[in-house]
Amino acid sequence: MTQQQASVITDEMRARIGVESEPVAHEVDNTGCRQFARSVGYTDPIYFDEAAAKGKGHRAVVAPYGFLGHPVVVPGQAAHVPEAFRLAIPYKRVLNGGTDIEYLAEVCAGDRLAATTKLTELTEREGKMGPMLIVSTETAFRNKNGETVAIQRGTAIRY
Amino acid sequence: MAQVYFEDVSEGQEIPKLVQGCDSQRLVLWAAGSGDYYQIHYDKDFAQRTGLPDRITHGALKHALLGRLLDEWAGDGGRVRRVACSYRGMDMIDKDVTCRGVVTGKRQENGSNVVDLEVWTEDPGGKKTTPGTAVVELPSK
Repeated sequence: MTQQQASVITDEMRARIGVESEPVAHEVDNTGCRQFARSVGYTDPIYFDEAAAKGKGHRAVVAPYGFLGHPVVVPGQAAHVPEAFRLAIPYKRVLNGGTDIEYLAEVCAGDRLAATTKLTELTEREGKMGPMLIVSTETAFRNKNGETVAIQRGTAIRY
Repeated sequence: MAQVYFEDVSEGQEIPKLVQGCDSQRLVLWAAGSGDYYQIHYDKDFAQRTGLPDRITHGALKHALLGRLLDEWAGDGGRVRRVACSYRGMDMIDKDVTCRGVVTGKRQENGSNVVDLEVWTEDPGGKKTTPGTAVVELPSK
């Protein structure tokens, strides 16, 4: 028996597509680079040691592929969660659908990036675990000179 | 490891694979490294309450492992420009994730030597759980 599922996409949600968020500060520091590199299993010293990184022509400890710093979160202050991640979705569970990161320049420890996110698409589908809403987002990371250094595209599966 | 050069690469060529065990310690390391503390990756009871058989390896860890596969292949003179992948199948905790790549094309673009690849992760049964594509720059001889 099939039953037509009512759409959970509201006009309000649809109106947010393409709207860029306020920038969220992402700090890229030595410890963050090392911890990320260690968790992925890197052994190349450019991800751990400043002298080794500079010896290979890098500005500082290199942020390994996929590490774009951590967002600055201060308890008690309003979390700087972009609108695209604060949609009123009736599904409680979430799975990561996919990741796409494109680099336009190298990111190193000491960089402070401004991340702006926009919702790019909302798609509904019937999955093995029931109805799903696929939320696609795009985040641009800019350095202190305003240059885009990386673009991250992602999909979250809400169900 | 010897540097791979643009001239050495041809379409259809498979790059050296990367095998990474993903036990609970690896997933906790990744939680800390990435800042993703969702409990389905390290709390078995929590994972089972959401309907999963057990804890699962983070999708973003598999994306980062594909990045490492390419970074280690491209060497000091190369650069990973882009990795895009979809998390089609789940990888359960305590299973190896094998990362692989095959060259699909090479081109010169604004003075850069660009190599396109198909990349993916496999579970221990050989099933492709994370298919994707990648773009890498390599040095010229």
